[in-house]
Amino acid sequence: MTHDDSHHAIARILGPTGPEATCEECFDRLDAYVDRELLAGDAERAMPELTAHLRGCPACAEDHASLRALVRERSGPVR
Amino acid sequence: MSQLGPTAAATPLADHELLAALRDTGGPRHERALGELHAMLLRAARFELVRRAAELAHVRGEDRDDLALQAADDAFVAVLAKLAGFRGDSRFSTWAYKFALYEAAVRVRRRAWQHREVVLDPERWLAVRDGAGEPPDRLDRAELLTAVRALIATALTDRQRTVLVALTIQGIPIDVLAERLGSTRGALYKTLHDARRRLRAELAARGHDLDAIAS
Repeated sequence: MTHDDSHHAIARILGPTGPEATCEECFDRLDAYVDRELLAGDAERAMPELTAHLRGCPACAEDHASLRALVRERSGPVR
Repeated sequence: MSQLGPTAAATPLADHELLAALRDTGGPRHERALGELHAMLLRAARFELVRRAAELAHVRGEDRDDLALQAADDAFVAVLAKLAGFRGDSRFSTWAYKFALYEAAVRVRRRAWQHREVVLDPERWLAVRDGAGEPPDRLDRAELLTAVRALIATALTDRQRTVLVALTIQGIPIDVLAERLGSTRGALYKTLHDARRRLRAELAARGHDLDAIAS
Protein backbone atom coordinates (compact mmCIF):
# COMPACT_ATOMS: atom_id res chain seq x y z
CA MET A 1 0.00 0.00 0.00
CA THR A 2 1.55 3.31 -1.05
CA HIS A 3 1.33 6.53 0.94
CA ASP A 4 -1.50 7.76 -1.33
CA ASP A 5 -3.28 4.41 -1.07
CA SER A 6 -3.21 4.48 2.71
CA HIS A 7 -4.36 8.11 2.78
CA HIS A 8 -7.29 7.35 0.48
CA ALA A 9 -8.16 4.16 2.34
CA ILE A 10 -8.37 6.01 5.64
CA ALA A 11 -10.30 8.89 4.07
CA ARG A 12 -12.76 6.45 2.49
CA ILE A 13 -13.29 4.64 5.79
CA LEU A 14 -13.63 7.74 7.97
CA GLY A 15 -15.64 9.83 5.48
CA PRO A 16 -16.09 13.60 5.49
CA THR A 17 -15.82 15.81 8.54
CA GLY A 18 -18.55 18.15 9.70
CA PRO A 19 -22.31 18.13 9.21
CA GLU A 20 -23.48 16.02 6.33
CA ALA A 21 -26.77 15.70 4.44
CA THR A 22 -28.49 12.32 4.22
CA CYS A 23 -28.95 10.48 0.91
CA GLU A 24 -32.61 11.56 0.86
CA GLU A 25 -31.72 15.22 1.44
CA CYS A 26 -29.05 14.95 -1.22
CA PHE A 27 -31.52 13.65 -3.80
CA ASP A 28 -34.08 16.31 -2.86
CA ARG A 29 -31.61 19.15 -3.38
CA LEU A 30 -29.28 17.76 -6.05
CA ASP A 31 -30.99 19.67 -8.88
CA ALA A 32 -30.65 22.98 -7.06
CA TYR A 33 -27.03 22.16 -6.24
CA VAL A 34 -26.16 21.43 -9.87
CA ASP A 35 -27.88 24.54 -11.20
CA ARG A 36 -26.07 26.64 -8.60
CA GLU A 37 -22.79 25.02 -9.64
CA LEU A 38 -23.35 25.73 -13.32
CA LEU A 39 -25.14 29.07 -13.15
CA ALA A 40 -23.79 30.80 -10.04
CA GLY A 41 -20.70 28.78 -9.16
CA ASP A 42 -21.39 28.95 -5.43
CA ALA A 43 -22.92 25.55 -4.67
CA GLU A 44 -20.15 24.35 -2.34
CA ARG A 45 -20.37 27.50 -0.22
CA ALA A 46 -24.16 27.71 -0.30
CA MET A 47 -24.82 24.02 0.46
CA PRO A 48 -21.85 22.73 2.50
CA GLU A 49 -23.74 19.78 4.05
CA LEU A 50 -24.57 18.47 0.60
CA THR A 51 -20.96 18.97 -0.52
CA ALA A 52 -19.82 16.90 2.46
CA HIS A 53 -22.27 14.15 1.60
CA LEU A 54 -21.04 14.00 -1.98
CA ARG A 55 -17.52 13.45 -0.62
CA GLY A 56 -18.71 10.58 1.57
CA CYS A 57 -21.25 8.76 -0.59
CA PRO A 58 -19.90 7.34 -3.87
CA ALA A 59 -23.36 6.56 -5.28
CA CYS A 60 -24.70 10.07 -4.71
CA ALA A 61 -21.42 11.46 -6.07
CA GLU A 62 -21.94 9.46 -9.27
CA ASP A 63 -25.52 10.72 -9.53
CA HIS A 64 -24.22 14.26 -9.10
CA ALA A 65 -21.55 13.86 -11.77
CA SER A 66 -24.09 12.47 -14.23
CA LEU A 67 -26.64 15.22 -13.62
CA ARG A 68 -24.01 17.93 -13.97
CA ALA A 69 -22.72 16.39 -17.20
CA LEU A 70 -26.20 16.01 -18.67
CA VAL A 71 -27.34 19.52 -17.75
CA ARG A 72 -24.11 20.99 -19.05
CA GLU A 73 -24.53 19.12 -22.33
CA ARG A 74 -28.21 19.84 -22.89
CA SER A 75 -29.24 23.07 -21.28
CA GLY A 76 -27.11 26.00 -22.29
CA PRO A 77 -28.72 29.28 -21.26
CA VAL A 78 -31.88 29.24 -19.17
CA ARG A 79 -34.90 29.11 -21.44
CA MET B 1 -45.55 5.08 -22.13
CA SER B 2 -43.23 4.25 -24.97
CA GLN B 3 -45.91 5.07 -27.55
CA LEU B 4 -46.08 8.67 -26.42
CA GLY B 5 -43.98 11.17 -28.28
CA PRO B 6 -43.85 14.88 -28.92
CA THR B 7 -46.01 16.32 -31.65
CA ALA B 8 -44.26 15.93 -34.97
CA ALA B 9 -42.07 18.86 -35.95
CA ALA B 10 -43.30 21.00 -33.05
CA THR B 11 -40.76 23.14 -31.24
CA PRO B 12 -40.23 21.59 -27.81
CA LEU B 13 -41.94 23.42 -25.00
CA ALA B 14 -39.70 25.66 -22.92
CA ASP B 15 -39.09 24.60 -19.32
CA HIS B 16 -41.77 26.83 -17.82
CA GLU B 17 -44.25 25.94 -20.56
CA LEU B 18 -43.67 22.23 -20.05
CA LEU B 19 -44.19 22.55 -16.30
CA ALA B 20 -47.37 24.60 -16.74
CA ALA B 21 -48.79 22.17 -19.30
CA LEU B 22 -48.03 19.18 -17.08
CA ARG B 23 -49.81 20.82 -14.16
CA ASP B 24 -52.81 21.79 -16.29
CA THR B 25 -54.19 18.27 -16.55
CA GLY B 26 -57.25 19.33 -18.52
CA GLY B 27 -55.43 21.79 -20.71
CA PRO B 28 -54.94 21.63 -24.48
CA ARG B 29 -51.19 20.96 -24.26
CA HIS B 30 -51.23 18.36 -21.48
CA GLU B 31 -50.96 15.27 -23.69
CA ARG B 32 -48.16 16.83 -25.68
CA ALA B 33 -46.38 17.76 -22.46
CA LEU B 34 -46.60 14.17 -21.22
CA GLY B 35 -44.99 12.98 -24.42
CA GLU B 36 -42.22 15.57 -24.23
CA LEU B 37 -41.54 14.71 -20.59
CA HIS B 38 -41.22 11.01 -21.34
CA ALA B 39 -38.95 11.67 -24.31
CA MET B 40 -36.79 13.91 -22.12
CA LEU B 41 -36.51 11.26 -19.42
CA LEU B 42 -35.67 8.58 -21.96
CA ARG B 43 -32.83 10.74 -23.33
CA ALA B 44 -31.52 11.16 -19.79
CA ALA B 45 -31.68 7.43 -19.07
CA ARG B 46 -29.84 6.64 -22.31
CA PHE B 47 -27.24 9.28 -21.44
CA GLU B 48 -26.56 7.49 -18.15
CA LEU B 49 -26.29 4.10 -19.82
CA VAL B 50 -23.76 5.47 -22.29
CA ARG B 51 -21.72 7.01 -19.43
CA ARG B 52 -21.67 3.65 -17.68
CA ALA B 53 -21.19 1.51 -20.78
CA ALA B 54 -18.13 -0.24 -19.33
CA GLU B 55 -20.27 -1.71 -16.54
CA LEU B 56 -22.73 -3.05 -19.14
CA ALA B 57 -20.21 -4.60 -21.50
CA HIS B 58 -21.87 -8.00 -21.04
CA VAL B 59 -25.42 -6.69 -21.69
CA ARG B 60 -26.91 -6.97 -25.19
CA GLY B 61 -28.02 -3.83 -27.03
CA GLU B 62 -31.75 -4.57 -26.85
CA ASP B 63 -31.45 -5.26 -23.13
CA ARG B 64 -29.77 -1.89 -22.68
CA ASP B 65 -32.64 -0.24 -24.56
CA ASP B 66 -35.05 -2.05 -22.26
CA LEU B 67 -33.14 -0.85 -19.19
CA ALA B 68 -33.35 2.73 -20.45
CA LEU B 69 -37.08 2.44 -21.13
CA GLN B 70 -37.77 0.92 -17.70
CA ALA B 71 -35.80 3.72 -16.06
CA ALA B 72 -37.64 6.38 -18.08
CA ASP B 73 -41.02 4.83 -17.29
CA ASP B 74 -40.35 4.72 -13.54
CA ALA B 75 -38.93 8.24 -13.60
CA PHE B 76 -42.01 9.42 -15.51
CA VAL B 77 -44.28 8.06 -12.78
CA ALA B 78 -42.09 9.59 -10.05
CA VAL B 79 -41.97 13.03 -11.70
CA LEU B 80 -45.75 13.18 -12.12
CA ALA B 81 -46.30 11.97 -8.55
CA LYS B 82 -43.99 14.65 -7.15
CA LEU B 83 -44.90 17.46 -9.54
CA ALA B 84 -46.90 19.38 -6.94
CA GLY B 85 -43.81 19.44 -4.72
CA PHE B 86 -41.54 21.08 -7.32
CA ARG B 87 -40.59 24.38 -5.68
CA GLY B 88 -38.63 25.96 -8.49
CA ASP B 89 -35.26 25.79 -6.71
CA SER B 90 -33.79 24.69 -10.04
CA ARG B 91 -34.80 24.59 -13.66
CA PHE B 92 -37.62 22.10 -14.18
CA SER B 93 -35.55 20.09 -16.64
CA THR B 94 -32.71 19.70 -14.12
CA TRP B 95 -35.20 18.53 -11.50
CA ALA B 96 -36.81 16.02 -13.86
CA TYR B 97 -33.51 14.69 -15.22
CA LYS B 98 -32.34 13.59 -11.77
CA PHE B 99 -35.17 11.06 -11.51
CA ALA B 100 -34.24 9.38 -14.81
CA LEU B 101 -30.52 9.38 -14.01
CA TYR B 102 -31.18 7.88 -10.59
CA GLU B 103 -33.42 5.13 -11.95
CA ALA B 104 -30.92 4.32 -14.70
CA ALA B 105 -27.90 4.32 -12.37
CA VAL B 106 -29.53 2.00 -9.85
CA ARG B 107 -30.42 -0.42 -12.66
CA VAL B 108 -26.90 -0.34 -14.07
CA ARG B 109 -25.28 -1.00 -10.67
CA ARG B 110 -27.62 -3.89 -9.96
CA ARG B 111 -27.29 -5.33 -13.47
CA ALA B 112 -23.50 -5.13 -13.33
CA TRP B 113 -23.52 -7.12 -10.08
CA GLN B 114 -26.38 -9.43 -11.06
CA HIS B 115 -24.20 -12.51 -11.45
CA ARG B 116 -21.56 -11.57 -8.90
CA GLU B 117 -21.72 -13.14 -5.52
CA VAL B 118 -21.83 -10.58 -2.75
CA VAL B 119 -19.90 -12.07 0.14
CA LEU B 120 -20.40 -9.93 3.20
CA ASP B 121 -17.12 -10.40 4.96
CA PRO B 122 -16.81 -8.31 8.10
CA GLU B 123 -13.40 -9.87 8.70
CA ARG B 124 -12.24 -8.10 5.54
CA TRP B 125 -11.05 -5.26 7.77
CA LEU B 126 -7.98 -7.44 8.17
CA ALA B 127 -7.11 -6.37 4.63
CA VAL B 128 -6.53 -2.87 5.95
CA ARG B 129 -2.87 -3.24 6.67
CA ASP B 130 -1.64 -1.90 9.97
CA GLY B 131 0.89 0.90 10.05
CA ALA B 132 3.99 -1.22 10.49
CA GLY B 133 6.58 -0.43 7.84
CA GLU B 134 5.52 3.13 7.12
CA PRO B 135 8.56 5.40 6.62
CA PRO B 136 9.65 7.41 9.67
CA ASP B 137 8.21 10.67 8.34
CA ARG B 138 4.81 9.00 8.13
CA LEU B 139 4.61 7.69 11.66
CA ASP B 140 1.44 9.65 12.42
CA ARG B 141 -0.21 8.05 9.41
CA ALA B 142 1.09 4.64 10.44
CA GLU B 143 -0.32 5.01 13.94
CA LEU B 144 -3.65 6.18 12.55
CA LEU B 145 -3.85 3.24 10.19
CA THR B 146 -3.13 0.84 13.01
CA ALA B 147 -5.73 2.50 15.21
CA VAL B 148 -8.40 2.45 12.48
CA ARG B 149 -7.77 -1.22 11.90
CA ALA B 150 -8.11 -2.02 15.60
CA LEU B 151 -11.21 0.12 16.09
CA ILE B 152 -13.06 -1.47 13.17
CA ALA B 153 -12.70 -4.71 15.09
CA THR B 154 -13.60 -3.45 18.53
CA ALA B 155 -15.61 -0.21 18.46
CA LEU B 156 -18.42 -0.98 16.02
CA THR B 157 -21.56 -3.07 16.23
CA ASP B 158 -21.68 -6.15 13.99
CA ARG B 159 -24.08 -4.36 11.63
CA GLN B 160 -21.91 -1.23 11.47
CA ARG B 161 -18.79 -3.33 10.81
CA THR B 162 -20.50 -5.31 8.04
CA VAL B 163 -21.83 -2.22 6.27
CA LEU B 164 -18.64 -0.17 6.66
CA VAL B 165 -16.42 -2.98 5.39
CA ALA B 166 -18.75 -3.81 2.48
CA LEU B 167 -19.03 -0.21 1.30
CA THR B 168 -15.62 1.28 2.01
CA ILE B 169 -13.24 -1.72 1.81
CA GLN B 170 -14.94 -4.35 -0.34
CA GLY B 171 -16.30 -1.67 -2.71
CA ILE B 172 -19.80 -3.12 -3.03
CA PRO B 173 -22.13 -0.45 -4.49
CA ILE B 174 -24.63 0.77 -1.91
CA ASP B 175 -27.65 0.05 -4.12
CA VAL B 176 -26.48 -3.53 -4.62
CA LEU B 177 -25.91 -3.99 -0.90
CA ALA B 178 -29.33 -2.49 -0.17
CA GLU B 179 -30.99 -4.94 -2.54
CA ARG B 180 -29.17 -7.95 -1.06
CA LEU B 181 -29.92 -6.90 2.54
CA GLY B 182 -33.52 -5.83 1.85
CA SER B 183 -32.66 -2.29 2.90
CA THR B 184 -32.40 1.15 1.29
CA ARG B 185 -29.54 3.41 0.26
CA GLY B 186 -30.55 5.92 2.91
CA ALA B 187 -30.75 3.38 5.74
CA LEU B 188 -27.37 1.85 4.88
CA TYR B 189 -25.72 5.25 4.57
CA LYS B 190 -27.09 6.17 8.02
CA THR B 191 -25.43 3.02 9.40
CA LEU B 192 -22.18 3.93 7.62
CA HIS B 193 -22.39 7.50 8.92
CA ASP B 194 -22.88 6.29 12.50
CA ALA B 195 -19.93 3.90 12.15
CA ARG B 196 -17.69 6.65 10.80
CA ARG B 197 -18.73 9.02 13.57
CA ARG B 198 -17.92 6.36 16.15
CA LEU B 199 -14.49 5.72 14.66
CA ARG B 200 -13.72 9.44 14.49
CA ALA B 201 -14.77 9.97 18.08
CA GLU B 202 -12.64 7.07 19.29
CA LEU B 203 -9.66 8.27 17.28
CA ALA B 204 -10.02 11.83 18.55
CA ALA B 205 -10.24 10.53 22.12
CA ARG B 206 -6.91 8.79 21.53
CA GLY B 207 -5.33 12.04 20.35
CA HIS B 208 -5.16 11.37 16.61
CA ASP B 209 -5.15 14.39 14.30
CA LEU B 210 -7.97 13.80 11.84
CA ASP B 211 -7.71 17.15 10.05
CA ALA B 212 -4.87 15.83 7.90
CA ILE B 213 -7.16 13.17 6.51
CA ALA B 214 -9.81 15.68 5.51
CA SER B 215 -7.37 17.52 3.25
